[in-house]
Amino acid sequence: MTLELRQVSKRVGADVHIHETSLMLEPGSFNILLGTTLAGKTTLMKLMAGLDRPSTGSIWFDGQNVTGVSVQKRNLSMVYQQFINYPNLSVYENIASPLRVAGVARREIDARVQEVAELLRLTPMLKRRPSELSGGQQQRTALARALAKESSLILLDEPLANLDYKLREELRDELPKLFADRNCIVAYATTEASEALLFGGNTATLHEGRVTQFGPTSTIYRRPNTLTSARVFSDPPINVARIRKAGDEIVVGERVRWPVGRAARHLADGDYSIGIRPHHITPHRGNEGSATIEGRVLVAELSGSESVVHFDMDGQTWVSQSQGIHPFEVGSLTRLQVDVERGFIFSADGDLMAGGD
Amino acid sequence: MNKVVNQRAWIFVLPVVLLVAFNAIIPLMTVVNFSVQETFGDNVFSWAGLTWFEQVLHSERFHAALLRQLMFTAIILVIEIPLGLVIALNMPRKGPWVSVCLVLMALPLLIPWNVVGAMWNIFALPDIGLLGRGLNWIGFEYNYTRQPFAAWFTMVLMDVWHWTSLVVLLCYAGLMSIPDAYYQAAKVDGARRWAVFRHIQLPKLKYVLTIAILLRFMDSFMIYTEAIVLTGGGPGNATTFLSIDLQKIALGQFDLGPAGAMSIVYFLIILLLSWLFYTLMMRSEEK
Repeated sequence: MTLELRQVSKRVGADVHIHETSLMLEPGSFNILLGTTLAGKTTLMKLMAGLDRPSTGSIWFDGQNVTGVSVQKRNLSMVYQQFINYPNLSVYENIASPLRVAGVARREIDARVQEVAELLRLTPMLKRRPSELSGGQQQRTALARALAKESSLILLDEPLANLDYKLREELRDELPKLFADRNCIVAYATTEASEALLFGGNTATLHEGRVTQFGPTSTIYRRPNTLTSARVFSDPPINVARIRKAGDEIVVGERVRWPVGRAARHLADGDYSIGIRPHHITPHRGNEGSATIEGRVLVAELSGSESVVHFDMDGQTWVSQSQGIHPFEVGSLTRLQVDVERGFIFSADGDLMAGGD
Repeated sequence: MNKVVNQRAWIFVLPVVLLVAFNAIIPLMTVVNFSVQETFGDNVFSWAGLTWFEQVLHSERFHAALLRQLMFTAIILVIEIPLGLVIALNMPRKGPWVSVCLVLMALPLLIPWNVVGAMWNIFALPDIGLLGRGLNWIGFEYNYTRQPFAAWFTMVLMDVWHWTSLVVLLCYAGLMSIPDAYYQAAKVDGARRWAVFRHIQLPKLKYVLTIAILLRFMDSFMIYTEAIVLTGGGPGNATTFLSIDLQKIALGQFDLGPAGAMSIVYFLIILLLSWLFYTLMMRSEEK
C-alpha cells in the first residue's frame, strides 16, 4: 500500500507548478509537506489524490499505476483548510455520506460513525447541522468524515490554518493519535516548521514547485542538505551570510571575524555561506567556539517565555531567539553570542558542506 | 450619574426621513386620500369611508383580474426559476466563453421595457412577425390579437425571454461563490452530479434563490409596461392584469376613489405574499 510518485511534474500552460518529483510514501507513515504559500503543496496533493493529472511521470499505489484513475475510483480522503461539509446534512449524515456512496451496510455505517464521532468528541452534535457548530467542530466533522471512510490515503491540506490559536493547539495534539493505528498513508501540508517538528514522521520540504529534501523530520531539521531546505525548515527564518574561510578564521562581510567551527575545519579556503538558526544567537554567554557580534536592534518581540529580536547585521536583518525575557531597546546596539559551532556551512551553490549533526 | 442627553443624532437621521417621506410616504398618502373620499373634480372632496374598499373587494372585475394575475405570476415562477437555475448550472465557470455567455445573458435586461413589448408585438404578429408567421407556417393557427390562449402564450414567452436572465445571473453569481474545495471534496467522496447539486449547490444557493423568487414574484405581479404594449390587456380582458385594470379605472374611467382603494389593496397583497414567502423560506432554515 505504498504511494509512489515517479518523476511526476505538473505544468499549466507555460508555468511549471511542480518540477520533476519522485516521492515514496510508506503505509502507516505521517508525511509532512512543508513549504510557504505557492510552494506547490496543494498541487502535489491534488496529484496524489488524482484530482489533477500529472503532465509527465506516473503515480503508483499498491503496485498499480493509478495515474489516469479518477479520484472517485480511488480510496482516499481529503480535508481542506476551509471547513468543507455538506451544509444541509446533519453531522451524522456528513460523516456517513462517503460510506453511503460506497454502499456500506447500514449497521456498519452506524457503528463506524459512532466510533469516529466518539474519537473526535462529536457525539453530542451528531444531529446538528454544520452551520450550528464552531469552526473547530466543523473541522472535526470533516476529519471524522475522512476517518470513517477508512481510506488508505488521507490528505490533509493545512487543516488547522483557519482555526484560532487555542483550537489549533488542541486539534494539533489529537491529530497524530487519530491516525496512529490505522496503517494508512497520511500527507499533511503546512506552512509552519513548528508543526512539522511537533508531528515528527517524515518531512518533504518544498520550494517553488520542487521537493528539495525528503526524509525523517528530525534528520531534515538537523541536516538540511541545501540552503533552500534549511530556509524552508526554519521559523523564525534562518540567518544567512556570505563568508570567506581563511585558515582558522571565517570572515563575515568586511570586518567581522569568527573562529572556524570544528566541523568546518577540513574545508578548503574559499567562499561559502553560513546558516545559523535564530536560537543559536542569544544574549547568554556562549560556550567555547562562540563569537560575539554587535547589531542594532530593529524589532523586539517578547512573548511570555522567549525573546525574538530582529537586528541589523551588516545591512541584513538577522533574528535571534532566546529563552527568557531580555530587555532590548529598539535602535540601540546590542551584543549577542553566535554559536558558530552549530552553524551550517553551504557551498556557493547552496549544498551543505559542513555542520549539522 | 451624569447621563448626557444628546439629541443631535436626529440631525443625521433627518435626510433619510425626508427622502423616504418624499419618495414613499407622501405619494402613498395621496392614494390613501383618494381611497377614502369622493371627488367630483375641482379639488372638492367629501368623506366616503370604506365604500370604495367594499366596492373593490366585492367587484367581480377585480376578482377576475386578481385571478389572472396570480395565474400569470405562478406560471412565470414555475418556468423562470428552474430554467434560470438549469442555465446557470450549465454555464462555463472559466475560460473565454464566460464573458460571452454573461453578455448574451445580460442583453435582454438592458432593453427598455416598452421596447421589449413593442419588439414582441411585432415579432409575434401573424402576418409580418417572424414568430407569428413561423407558427402559422408550421401549422398552428396562431393570432395573439384574437385568441386569449395565444395572447397568454406570447406574454409568458416574452416574460421568460426578458427576465430568465436575471435568475441566471443571480444563480451564476451564487454558484461562483462556492469554493472549489466543495466540489473536490464531493469528488473525493465519490458523490454523483445529482448529489453535488442536491447537497452542495442547492443549499448554497438558498439565499440567492430566495431573492430571485422574491424579485421575480414582485416584478411579475406588477407587470404593466410590456403587457400594455404587447396586448393592451386584450383580447377582450384576457390579459388584463391588476396593473392594467388599475390603469383603466384610474385614467380610463377616472374613478379616483375606487382606483385609490384598489392601489392599496394591490400593494397590501404584494406585501403580504412577499412576507409570507420570505418567512416560510427562513423558517425552514431554522428547523
